[in-house]
Amino acid sequence: MSKLKLATVWLDGCSGCHMSFLDMDERLITLSNQFDLVFSPLVDFKTFPEGVDIALVEGAISSVEDEHKIHIIRERTKMLIAMGDCAITTNVPGMRNSFGAKAITDHAYFTTADLQQQVPAVGVPALIEKVRPVHEVVPVDLFLPGCPPSADTFYTVLSDLLAGRTPDIASLTRFGA
Amino acid sequence: MSPTATSVDVKTLIINGENVSARADQTILDVARENGIFIPTLCHLDGLTDVGACRLCLVEIKGSPKLFPACVTKVEEGMEVDTNSERLVHHRRTILELLFAERNHVCAVCVANGNCELQAVAQTQGLTHVRLPYRVGRLEVDTSNERFVADHNRCILCSRCVRVCAEIEGAHVWDIMGRGINSQVLTDLHEPWGASSCTRCGKCIQVCPTGALFDKSKVGVSHPKHPEFLPYLNMMRDGQ
Repeated sequence: MSKLKLATVWLDGCSGCHMSFLDMDERLITLSNQFDLVFSPLVDFKTFPEGVDIALVEGAISSVEDEHKIHIIRERTKMLIAMGDCAITTNVPGMRNSFGAKAITDHAYFTTADLQQQVPAVGVPALIEKVRPVHEVVPVDLFLPGCPPSADTFYTVLSDLLAGRTPDIASLTRFGA
Repeated sequence: MSPTATSVDVKTLIINGENVSARADQTILDVARENGIFIPTLCHLDGLTDVGACRLCLVEIKGSPKLFPACVTKVEEGMEVDTNSERLVHHRRTILELLFAERNHVCAVCVANGNCELQAVAQTQGLTHVRLPYRVGRLEVDTSNERFVADHNRCILCSRCVRVCAEIEGAHVWDIMGRGINSQVLTDLHEPWGASSCTRCGKCIQVCPTGALFDKSKVGVSHPKHPEFLPYLNMMRDGQ
């Protein structure tokens, strides 16, 4: 039997969800017998592959690059999981929504810059006007709130999914957990 | 049977198929809780007058197409109450989503994170995401009081602060201004809190279910609220 294909993605978040994922520690080794990690900031694959079974998406949709990526991820993934509060509520990245994108780039690249005052046009994707939760852009199959979800939450949810069970998310975690 | 027992007006009713008995002056919420039946609430607080502001405690009563707030609906003989129908679950979830979408309820950067009743109720109702687009307003944060802060972005307009200030402290500094989505709690006639007639008793801080009213000394540390002083205070006052 071929192993389940797992991907993890880091959009506009702090990587705290990935850190918490790694905090499963030795339990991750036990679980890893049951899946192949086919795409992740933790491994060195450059393109998001076809036929992914589960994708854990950290972070909100904040840039044109995030928007581009999330459509590809959705197309190539059976079960898309919004991982953590940034993906679900926009959380801290979304706090710029009350100022607008221009106020942010102006502050970062003009007001507080002493030299070379310019908005970078190469290598850094443009910010979209409003930060959006993942489910406003593509359909999401499961929501895993928390800032970040705890390692125990990750372990229980992944164990359940790998065994074909539906995890009871609300009993495990909440917004801001 | 003793003479006093006969003088109590007892009603019998059915909640979720279960026969329960109640005194005539009790609300559906009182009786449900006495019988271990959970009805979610946000604006209700033991020790304050109920106003039915949050609508989370809505229940169905057989024979009426309307929904009734359990906290302000008195029991009646033969009433058949359903507290957990599919329709109610749907409405409660929508109410919570509207609350989360209306103002800033980013838990991760809230002083009340982990001690918030809105956050806790969302979890008990299985809310894992909000289907409505978030409004991104920016309301005032009033830091003019030397000890306390009012962050209107976190307020759900439950009016507990208004009631505790008027009913228990007797100062009635807090009230609600505006209508609909523009409603906001205010101190005196919209004076800054620090310049108002506030007595600095801190009762509103303890009853606020979210991080809207908080103590400056608790910023960056855990800020549990202690509304349980209220029934005790009322009991001691009644005893005098």
